Amino acid sequence: MAKLDSKIPDGPLAEKWTRHQASVKLVNPANKKKLDIIVVGAGAAGASAAATLAELGYNLKVFVFQDSSRRAHSIASQGGINATKNYKNDADSDYRLFYDMIKGGDFRAREANVYRAAEVSNKIIDQYVAQGVPFAREYSGYLANRSFGGVQVSRTFYAQGQTGQQCTLAAYQALSRQIKAGKAKMFARRDMLDIVVIDGKARGIITRDLITGEIERHSAHAVVLATGGFGTVYYLSTLAVNSNGSAAFAAYKKGAFMANPSMAQIHPTSIPVLNEYQSKLTLMSESLRNDGRVWVPKQKGDKRPANEIKEEERDYYLERKYPAFGNLVPRDVASRAAKERCDEGYGVGETGLSVYLDFRDAINNQGKNAIKAKYGTLFDLYKKVTGINPYEEPMRIYPASHYTMGGLWVDYNLMTTIPGLYAIGEANFSDHGANRLGASSLMQCSGDGYFILPVTIGDYLADEIKTPRISTDTPEFDEAEKAVKEKLNKLMSVKGTQSPTSFHKRLGHILWTYSGMKRNEEGLTTALKEINELKEEFWRDVKVAGELNELNHELEKAARVADFLDLAKLIVMDALNRKESCGAHFREEYQTAEGEPKRDDENYSYVAAWEYTGEDSEPKLHKEELKFEYVTPVQRSYK
Amino acid sequence: MNITLKIWRQKNKEDKGKFVTYKLNNVSTEMTFLEMLDYLNEKLIKEDQDPVAFDSDCREGICGSCGLYINGRPNGPQKSVTTCQLSMSVFKDGDTITVEPWRSKAFPVIKDLVVDRTAFDKLIEAGGYISVNTGAAPEANSIPVKKHNADRAFEAGVCIGCGTCVAACKNASAMLFVSAKISQLALLPQGRVEAKERVRILVEKMDELGFGNCSNTGSCEAECPKDIKLVNIARLNREYYKAY
Amino acid sequence: MNKVIASSVSKKFVMALAGLFLLTFLPVHLGINLMLLKADPEPFNSAAHFMATFPLIKVVEIILILAFLVHIFTGIVVQIQNWLARPLRYRSGNKSETSFFSRFMIWTGGAIFIFLIIHFTNFYFIKLGFIEGDAEDFYSVAYQLFAIPGYNIFYWICFIVLGFHLYHAFTSAFQTLGLNHRIWTPIVNFIAVFYAILIPAGFVSIPLIIWLFK
Repeated sequence: MAKLDSKIPDGPLAEKWTRHQASVKLVNPANKKKLDIIVVGAGAAGASAAATLAELGYNLKVFVFQDSSRRAHSIASQGGINATKNYKNDADSDYRLFYDMIKGGDFRAREANVYRAAEVSNKIIDQYVAQGVPFAREYSGYLANRSFGGVQVSRTFYAQGQTGQQCTLAAYQALSRQIKAGKAKMFARRDMLDIVVIDGKARGIITRDLITGEIERHSAHAVVLATGGFGTVYYLSTLAVNSNGSAAFAAYKKGAFMANPSMAQIHPTSIPVLNEYQSKLTLMSESLRNDGRVWVPKQKGDKRPANEIKEEERDYYLERKYPAFGNLVPRDVASRAAKERCDEGYGVGETGLSVYLDFRDAINNQGKNAIKAKYGTLFDLYKKVTGINPYEEPMRIYPASHYTMGGLWVDYNLMTTIPGLYAIGEANFSDHGANRLGASSLMQCSGDGYFILPVTIGDYLADEIKTPRISTDTPEFDEAEKAVKEKLNKLMSVKGTQSPTSFHKRLGHILWTYSGMKRNEEGLTTALKEINELKEEFWRDVKVAGELNELNHELEKAARVADFLDLAKLIVMDALNRKESCGAHFREEYQTAEGEPKRDDENYSYVAAWEYTGEDSEPKLHKEELKFEYVTPVQRSYK
Repeated sequence: MNITLKIWRQKNKEDKGKFVTYKLNNVSTEMTFLEMLDYLNEKLIKEDQDPVAFDSDCREGICGSCGLYINGRPNGPQKSVTTCQLSMSVFKDGDTITVEPWRSKAFPVIKDLVVDRTAFDKLIEAGGYISVNTGAAPEANSIPVKKHNADRAFEAGVCIGCGTCVAACKNASAMLFVSAKISQLALLPQGRVEAKERVRILVEKMDELGFGNCSNTGSCEAECPKDIKLVNIARLNREYYKAY
Repeated sequence: MNKVIASSVSKKFVMALAGLFLLTFLPVHLGINLMLLKADPEPFNSAAHFMATFPLIKVVEIILILAFLVHIFTGIVVQIQNWLARPLRYRSGNKSETSFFSRFMIWTGGAIFIFLIIHFTNFYFIKLGFIEGDAEDFYSVAYQLFAIPGYNIFYWICFIVLGFHLYHAFTSAFQTLGLNHRIWTPIVNFIAVFYAILIPAGFVSIPLIIWLFK
């Protein structure tokens, strides 16, 4: 495919989605029964999509690598979910949310998609409330809201610090209901290892049963990837340790374009790295910045305990640098500011790689109980991990790899460049541009799953009603299965000396150093070289313990790390290609005098979509020009 | 510090399984329990031994994947933590730590410390939901919910489905898990419509899956990493009688 | 409907109801027993006679026997199911914080059952005429038994065990019946302690006083 067709409907921005819904082709209920859909991954996006599609009458096959879809990492989303209900009467509207997201994403997202995400946001809240999500409420019995980073209204709905858990479980329960109804079938503990493309259309997947090791074939009329982001490529991240990019990467290798892979969000408020053994980083919700104040000592290398540092000796650097938004600047800005302070030697903690997030003033003003009601679960979590009581001492935080705005390229219908292959939720690239605002991921995942995909997939399947059940006994399935088996056998047969995890750690280190919060040409070139060397070493010296035909976590890890090595290369190439700074992508060569990112709208106002061209050849870059008809890209300012 | 680990090793479902003892040196008190097991596994791999299989994912106490029976208690000696949140600082140099999988008829062992908890999914499938189709929901604020009830529903809703309650209970009963879901949905007006049917179906399913009977020992509450309370079980009982 | 009766919650419900009924019987029995402390056998014997012959008591007695049987039967069924729910036990034991006495209900229950059998052979079966004996003078029978040191020790142990059983039973029954309340539950728990101490103490005090003072 030479040209990227984003298939954005005509008409005014606010009417595009309505018009599109009215004009898409439909599948009648009798025909839906004859159509199979595979959904891979069942977090907030996958489970909501699978449940809704099953309610519509399609036959669903759902695949997750965990033992249950209730464990998908959407569950760890803490702070909340946005909607434009305007319950606070603070002049919120679909347009404002749209504008906040476009601006927050530093004008690197598609207008139509973002507007639609804002447009369906209210229905999501309605849906979740009906499903029994216990959102926080006022004494009146009506829903409560709070504010979030990068935003000047209170539009975030929340359930203490466990909003993602409550929403994901609601979607999981909706899916469970369809499993009982016989409309959906759950395949748990399955790793998707390849996509099967027949006559140019996605028709199935190859999976590995993680208990028996059996390689299986599954077919359907359409395949939906809801496999989340690949932030674990950095090794230490706020993601689950098993989160991975393999499904998306398999799709990429089969012809789906990968868009903006370098756009990875480094979340500003994670519990810092405490020791060398650490396997993951725990996020502290951004919502904490509503009441917490971020600071470092004014004096370099001040090692006194936080409570001994007087008010006038503290540098509330976010409030100082960004008076308009203060502690609620977007994530990319907050992360870079923390890194800047720490790099300059003002960081706190043993390593000097952390800053304070202080609730002293909030507790004094609102009382401990009020703070506990808002953030109780988060404070407990912090105390469990660090042993420090944040009611008495400030939290220590530092940025950590968190979310990937980049992902599989999709058109307005959420279809990738492989017909019949869809990507929803974090797995696609569509709505967050170069930086995601808080509480908009749950929103996007749920919107994609409940309200967007179920409409747009019908448009494709309407032409498939005459296609009989797809057979798994075809040369394409044979070939895909063979390739998967070969890869696994190859991994097992290296019999080297180093574990997959040790490679993963080293890869993460390379990326964090050269392709993290700050990037430059030289560093990225070094990264590319080091990744190539590491990849070569991996295939020469990896040691995969255990057997093929049994529960083997080492083999799972090895297969994922193998993909991460290739994916990392793509990330770095994308970062090298984008010779501008935007959002989370900060190229040191391109910054304003004040150290803020400097976009180059003339040359880089596009989505970089990469096409796989083979193991030994360079990926091919396709550009989807971003047209801004309703907003004018400006220098992002939160001052 | 140096520790001795006695870990349950079981090749597969059919295998009888046995304890294997490992000496592990230079364990840092800064590790979490699972990082200590990662460290053990790296060592085993180096020594050409089979690493210990255990489930874990989010490693921040919310997904419910992990869960090990450590020194006679689910999730070890610390209160209100999942296994992934358990810190090695609670152990001392020279300690012997016994690690077993959850043991219950309803949670068969798959390998080593990995158990099959699909029984919990079967329970939710049976009726742990509100039967509302996508698109059918009314405006969210059209149903006010008493803050008190919403808060109680949330406290029950935070269940992570880790299975600690079953593991801790001397009867391997799933009452805390089931009652948490029953409570969450019964406390909300949206969920009341189906409350009777839901509690009937869930109790029937729970019995069918081979969980034991609740004898109000309270160990589930004592061990629950999310501090879910016994009052939920009383509420389940109440809801059940009301349903007939 | 069978499923409903056999369900785990129903069984516990029945067991709790039967148990609560049994709890109401103990103070009555204790009240009569305390008459043993009188030098005159008449009040005790006539109370025993009244209990044996008054028609309404007869009805209650049948309910009581049924309650015993139901309580014991469900208790055993529940316990067997509970054992089956964990076919392979933990090798490292169970160190979870549980309400201590709840762990041994089947065993304390069993001990009480053995006591009942002996108690029935000594008194109740005589009254019913199953065993030969003087049903009109249980006062003397009691004194004869309390004169045996071994019986006394057995009697004391059984009632201490009963106290253990009662303590968990009392609070547990309310929880099982779903009678849980922010204010009332702590009060019930408080009463449970009193009940579980006072009732057995009352029973045990009788042979003790007889032994010490008579």
